[in-house]
Amino acid sequence: MRTIRFLIQKEFIQIFRNKTMLPLILVMPIVQTLLLSFAASYEVKNLALSVVDHDKTSTSRRLIERFTASGYFKMQSYARSHREAEAELAAETADLVLEIPLHFERDWVREGNGQLGVTINALNAQKAGISNAYANGIIREFNQELLERAGFGHAAPRSIQVVSSNWYNPRLDYKTFMVPGILGVIVSMVVAFLTAINIVREREQGTIEQMNVTPVTKWQFIAGKLLPFWLLSLVIVGVGLTVGYLAFHIPIEGSLWLVFGYTALYTPCMLGFGFLVSNFADTQQQAIFSAWFFLLIFTLMSGLFTPLDSMPVWAQWLNKINPIHYFVEFMRLVLLKGAHFFEIQRNFWSVVMYAVVVNSLAIWTYKKRV
Amino acid sequence: MGNVIQVQALTRTFGDFTAVNKISFEVRQGEIFGFLGANGAGKTTALKMLTGLLMPSSGTALVAGYDVARYPEEVKRTIGYMSQRFSLYEDLTVRENIRFFGGIYGLSTSQLREKTAQVIEQLGLEQQAGLLVRSLPLGWRQKLAFAVAQIHEPKVVFLDEPTSGVDPLTRRQFWEGIYEASARGITLMVTTHYMEEAEYCHRISIMVDGRIDALDTPAALRQQFKAVDMDEVFRKLARPDQPVGHVD
Amino acid sequence: MNRFFAFISKEFRHILRDRRTLMILFGMPIAQVLLFGFVLTNDLKDAPIAVMDQSGDVESTALTNRLLSSGYFRQTDTVATIDALEGAFRRGNIKLAVVFPPSFGQDLARSGQANVQLIGDASDPNVATTLINYAQAIVLAYQNERLQQGFSAPIRVETRMLYNPELKSVFGFVPGVMTLILMLVAAMMTSITIAREKEMGTMEVLLVSPLRPIQIILGKASPYLALTVFNALIVVLLGIYVFGMPMNGSILLLAFESILYMLVALSLGIFISTKAADQQQAMFISALGLMMPTVLLSGFIFPRESMPLPLQVIGALIPATWYNKIIKGVMIKGVGLESLWLPTGILVLMALVFIGLSVRNFKDRLE
Repeated sequence: MRTIRFLIQKEFIQIFRNKTMLPLILVMPIVQTLLLSFAASYEVKNLALSVVDHDKTSTSRRLIERFTASGYFKMQSYARSHREAEAELAAETADLVLEIPLHFERDWVREGNGQLGVTINALNAQKAGISNAYANGIIREFNQELLERAGFGHAAPRSIQVVSSNWYNPRLDYKTFMVPGILGVIVSMVVAFLTAINIVREREQGTIEQMNVTPVTKWQFIAGKLLPFWLLSLVIVGVGLTVGYLAFHIPIEGSLWLVFGYTALYTPCMLGFGFLVSNFADTQQQAIFSAWFFLLIFTLMSGLFTPLDSMPVWAQWLNKINPIHYFVEFMRLVLLKGAHFFEIQRNFWSVVMYAVVVNSLAIWTYKKRV
Repeated sequence: MGNVIQVQALTRTFGDFTAVNKISFEVRQGEIFGFLGANGAGKTTALKMLTGLLMPSSGTALVAGYDVARYPEEVKRTIGYMSQRFSLYEDLTVRENIRFFGGIYGLSTSQLREKTAQVIEQLGLEQQAGLLVRSLPLGWRQKLAFAVAQIHEPKVVFLDEPTSGVDPLTRRQFWEGIYEASARGITLMVTTHYMEEAEYCHRISIMVDGRIDALDTPAALRQQFKAVDMDEVFRKLARPDQPVGHVD
Repeated sequence: MNRFFAFISKEFRHILRDRRTLMILFGMPIAQVLLFGFVLTNDLKDAPIAVMDQSGDVESTALTNRLLSSGYFRQTDTVATIDALEGAFRRGNIKLAVVFPPSFGQDLARSGQANVQLIGDASDPNVATTLINYAQAIVLAYQNERLQQGFSAPIRVETRMLYNPELKSVFGFVPGVMTLILMLVAAMMTSITIAREKEMGTMEVLLVSPLRPIQIILGKASPYLALTVFNALIVVLLGIYVFGMPMNGSILLLAFESILYMLVALSLGIFISTKAADQQQAMFISALGLMMPTVLLSGFIFPRESMPLPLQVIGALIPATWYNKIIKGVMIKGVGLESLWLPTGILVLMALVFIGLSVRNFKDRLE
């Protein structure tokens, strides 16, 4: 035990003495979390609308007004022809083109129907889908308004009104979702990288060789390496959550203790992972690349940025060995939905098992080799 | 005054390749034993077996009474090691290094304090005690590393090319330290490729292709090979068919 | 000039000899592009939902069936109480809940109007919004078909989705993935080179050589340029043949832009290398420091227009942002340099800036 104390002490001395790495380890995760959480939003607003109004009647103007008053669209331009408008789409100065045909008002008044054309830049499918939904919603409401004005409002056909509400995040604030997720991902990466590089570095420099001839056992050496980084990760997460809470007013519904307890058990997964990687790398370069390869995959597949349910089945299976996925799920469930331990049990035990397995593998493949 | 190191038909193979081929020798307590040989002759492999880093394929080696194959951890407790590549942490201070190694070798707090002061004083590093090892010149680092290797009062100290890259004056001072340790009863096993240093040893062995081809005192070897210096002995051994030119 | 070429060939040999790193350099990007192309999508289907039908009449059942046969939803839970609903949400089992009030069918028959409640799990706001939109559209379609018999059709909307009629999110993601991975790999590779020499102590050898700093820097970048361009080519081919990306523009232009992009990424890496004291730092900055900002700010996943202005500005400083535009422009829209002069120009500028800064840093380090 005493030996481990000396090992940990040495590790901390080295970490804190490295004045250039320290900010990268402590400050960068938090700064990135704060900054990037603002970016993570699929919210579609400020859509640039280009209108080709062949009709130019009060009805058509009323429709256009509805679009701009909705809050989703801002008026970009009045195009004179469809070609012109499409050019704006191509140049990406406009996101959506609304084309109102000649005789729009007349057709409605006389025959009770009408036609509109909507063209959307669908390069970003998601944005296009939502823009389309907004546009259709506005047109639908406009349709309803016209019907009511024409006197059909009371004898309205049978209609189903949809009342929608959003639980857990009524204001649809993305930061609530993103801050804990991004923090967790970055800390995971920092921890895994640090561990992997640190061990390979010692091997490259030859300090492991020196360690191997001392009475320090494999276990003591490993503990002496993992414990400092583990403690460090807890600090980063602690500070990160505190700052996030203060800066973004993230609701912390669930028990804070649960969050810390979970993080304390989750980080060993990443530590073990970094450690495992280091056993198969000969140089720091290989260690970093291998770690990065897996971490990027874990991160993008974790469900933090894209919905899990959209992923093919085999990918969802793969996620069972993705520690970051468990972490993101946990953060969301506990921090946003206030889930109690009982409800996240499966996740919890999966993580514990993962940590045990990956660390065992790492120890097994670590030979006191020179 | 018995044999601190006893090696009997020690062998190590890597697949088809035999790195160390049935070597046998003994080292007495307090002896300075030079372990010579060309690169690739098997010195390093043999050394690694003796320090418990590598398992022998066959044969036995007893270091301070412990069988390296069965009790490698006990062996490590009673030996000290200093390699050319590294011994101390460059980003730790002199004092921190001493404390660290003392600590992991199991010295108590009071012993640590004592030893730390002792080492610093003996090496004259009072001014530099708080400096990072990185800022010490190479010669001082080697001396410090040697002192640290002895901090737990080991019976044997293995030195792997300890004076590489060091100036002659510092090398001499270093060897004075080795003699001093020997006088205190510590057994020292030194590998080196500086042939003059071979002369400083009590006995030396020369490995060629995994075998020990020569084992005796420097003087005896010079006589045996009719050579003026160890360099010539070595050359005659390594390339027995080639005529040796003399530089007069 | 000879010295320069000798230098380059030495660097080349270094790289080619390291088998494992080579495998990494090629294997990884390919594996990742393949993986992400299949995995990353915003298209929602088979989203788990719960239906709480308190009425159980003909209409509610029919509407439920309509929802469930759309392909967007699958029912994983039937709940009877709001509590059970909460539990299902909390466990993460469902993303959306559809609640019919007890008087649903009756209301429709009597007053012609009924309510149905859609509850979304907005802890993933995007998913919630999209699912609610899908559901609303289905309800509307049902309403128009089943309920509006004999009534004149309302305003019809003819919608055209430009460039991506099937709304495949792969068109957005695959270019983004290509951009991300190419940049990270290139930057990471070169960021180590100089840092490693510093760490190993072989820098002095370089510095005393008659090579000028600009030659050293270009020399370090060149072998990687060849390798990463080859990488880029493979990645583009994957995009086209495996993921069905169109290639509507000029191949030559694409090649030129890709080489330019790689040059930018490599010189960014070298710049990092000149600033970092050792490999660890270089790696941290290039692998960690660049990763998240590139993923999040380049417009790869999240649209840049929705971001607050400061972040849009930072995003504009990231090379990936511009190459993303270029790739989409060339491959999907099929435009030429006349539309892409701005992003291209910016990339050229970035390359010059990074190389220039590297050279300047290099000189300073001489002391």
